[in-house]
Amino acid sequence: MSKYKMHVLVCGGTGCLSSNSSQIVDNIKKYLKENGMENDVQVLKTGCFGFCEKGPIVKILPDNTFYVQVKPEDAEIIVKEHLVKGRKVERLLYKEPLTNKSIEDSKHMDFYKKQMRVALRNCGFIDPDNIDEYIARDGYQALGKALTEMTPETVIEEVKKSGLRGRGGGGFPTGLKWEFAHKNKADQKYVVCNADEGDPGAFMDRSILEGDPHSVVEAMAICGYAIGANKGLVYIRAEYPLAIQRLRNAIKSAREYGLLGKDILGTGFDFDIEIKYGAGAFVCGEETALIHSMEGGRGEPTTKPPFPAESGFWGKPTNVNNVETFANIPVILLKGADWFSSIGTEKSKGTKVFALAGKINNVGLIEVPMGTTLREVIFDIGGGIKNGKKFKAVQTGGPSGGCLTEKDLDTPIDFDNLLAKGSMMGSGGMIVMDEDDCMPSVAKFYLEFTEDESCGKCTPCRVGTKRLSEILTKITEGKGTMEDLQTLKTLSQTIKDTALCGLGQTAPNPVLSTIETFWDEYVAHVKEHRCPAGQCTALLQYKILEEKCIGCTACSRVCPVGAISGKVKSTHVIDQDKCIKCGACYDKCKFSAIVRQ
Amino acid sequence: MAKIKSLEELKQLREQFKSKVDLREKGDKMEKMIQIRVAMATCGIAAGARDVMNALVDEVSAQKLDNVVISQTGCMGYCYAEPTVEVTIPGKEPVVFGEVDKEKVKEIIEKYVKNGELLDGIIPVTHKTVDE
Repeated sequence: MSKYKMHVLVCGGTGCLSSNSSQIVDNIKKYLKENGMENDVQVLKTGCFGFCEKGPIVKILPDNTFYVQVKPEDAEIIVKEHLVKGRKVERLLYKEPLTNKSIEDSKHMDFYKKQMRVALRNCGFIDPDNIDEYIARDGYQALGKALTEMTPETVIEEVKKSGLRGRGGGGFPTGLKWEFAHKNKADQKYVVCNADEGDPGAFMDRSILEGDPHSVVEAMAICGYAIGANKGLVYIRAEYPLAIQRLRNAIKSAREYGLLGKDILGTGFDFDIEIKYGAGAFVCGEETALIHSMEGGRGEPTTKPPFPAESGFWGKPTNVNNVETFANIPVILLKGADWFSSIGTEKSKGTKVFALAGKINNVGLIEVPMGTTLREVIFDIGGGIKNGKKFKAVQTGGPSGGCLTEKDLDTPIDFDNLLAKGSMMGSGGMIVMDEDDCMPSVAKFYLEFTEDESCGKCTPCRVGTKRLSEILTKITEGKGTMEDLQTLKTLSQTIKDTALCGLGQTAPNPVLSTIETFWDEYVAHVKEHRCPAGQCTALLQYKILEEKCIGCTACSRVCPVGAISGKVKSTHVIDQDKCIKCGACYDKCKFSAIVRQ
Repeated sequence: MAKIKSLEELKQLREQFKSKVDLREKGDKMEKMIQIRVAMATCGIAAGARDVMNALVDEVSAQKLDNVVISQTGCMGYCYAEPTVEVTIPGKEPVVFGEVDKEKVKEIIEKYVKNGELLDGIIPVTHKTVDE
């Protein structure tokens, strides 16, 4: 029996590790030893707490104290004050931005109040490298239940009843997918976990694998039992080294306990998992492309049907699910489909993990019940927009998604609502934009991404995305015409209708969803050669205000291209033809006489 | 590591490991827990608070009381009566016991924590904290 009286949990997610959280662990251990408390306090590295904005996070239990932005040198004061004497270290506590009041425990933080953690239930709670802690939290009980008390059919029935839909973006009912794979008879079938998380700014799957790898291992075994497969494969991008390391460790310890391998729990069921590494191509998140890549071929999609459930990996029935989808499975079996389907909206059950990024106060990883509104996510949990700026739009669904604006803020988030609004759930990236973001530039950014990531197999995607991004570049340089705007629309529609796979079909979404809502902004670029958000450098104009300029010559001396002329003590002028818009004069002027338009 | 050969064995293992995350589970639903706080400032430690804390932890785990959380705190100000222990039952005012030793620990757990009976050695509350 452990005699630990306190637990110190230090975030070991990639974000916090890069801010030196390993050193914090070492230092805390060192000071505990100095104070003779190494047997009283347990220190461990966990998965992501989600509050990445203020990392590294250190949480102390049982009193739930939540320390933010901890530095390795703070270890001494945490040990000497909090752990030895029981006095909380005031300066490391999280302060509510609005009231500037210190919050002593995580229960009272707005960030956590509206969250509901199902897929992330163990993330930031257990040591991901210790299978015993996972078992203590009912780990592998769902697998045990499935193998001993349920038939493959009842497992599938339960998953179907829960209403779980694929969390990778498509939103296809998971139970149905399993049923198709189950019904196709073959000598060999495969379970594949899609951990090729490719959306820019998304890190949900990585965090689950880093924080609770066993939940995915367990769910894959359950899926194997349900569809009749004894082999599992995880396709993960090689650029996730920590997730890979923890997953390998999880598979190894599950094998040692006999929870993977032959005759699991004495039931005669065999299952094992192999890891396949991807090179980080966006298109490989598409299941047929993913399968080709695992076979050693080019990561190019093929038309469906045949679906992988009929002919997948090496032509055998294969079931592909996303990491987060799998992470939900053990809980569904243990707590029941009815419990799961009581959470969420009519057609989207359960919770969804989102990665909040962009111009938002609390950048981080969150999980909310389906049906939570965008406003709650951005303003209550996310803490609103940085630097008190005005909210402009939120981009959901990654490069295939779209932008939602002020008028959509009260939409309850679920698969169908987001689609109806012209965006999509996607894998769960959420990028928040403020008044300084230029929408044509945002669309251009995503189009450049898809243009890069297009595999080149079908013409609409290969050539279409290139043309779209060329037109957008033209517009952001102020060289666009009204005809270009029309071309953008018709070309987008054509690509959407004719591209081979999901990547191409959704690639024009960033254009389509911004061109209508922000039509005025596009027109301003074209007709007035002006960027209302002031972001397109090519369209900026620097001007000197006559009444403010005192003729100090500072600007003309700093100008690298000699575009500013004027005599000492008289108003200076910028030659717009020579100006390269570097902004050096703007930064140099002490009298605010230079304006940017 | 030995292989787990049946669901029964897995369940036994879960019980065995439960204590590993017990403290964290309790922290998660703190408001429903009976909280025992031991004053562990220099004076408390000198008077034997560490032994008291260990005795409390042993007693609570031996009796498998899963609704009790033990934590340490700073000086409560009752230096004349160290070691002091504060017990808060949800919905009730905190009660502070003074001059606690191993025997007293058993009594506190048996009478107050388990049955809500008061016993000798209670220090009258002399102050309120700011956040109350």
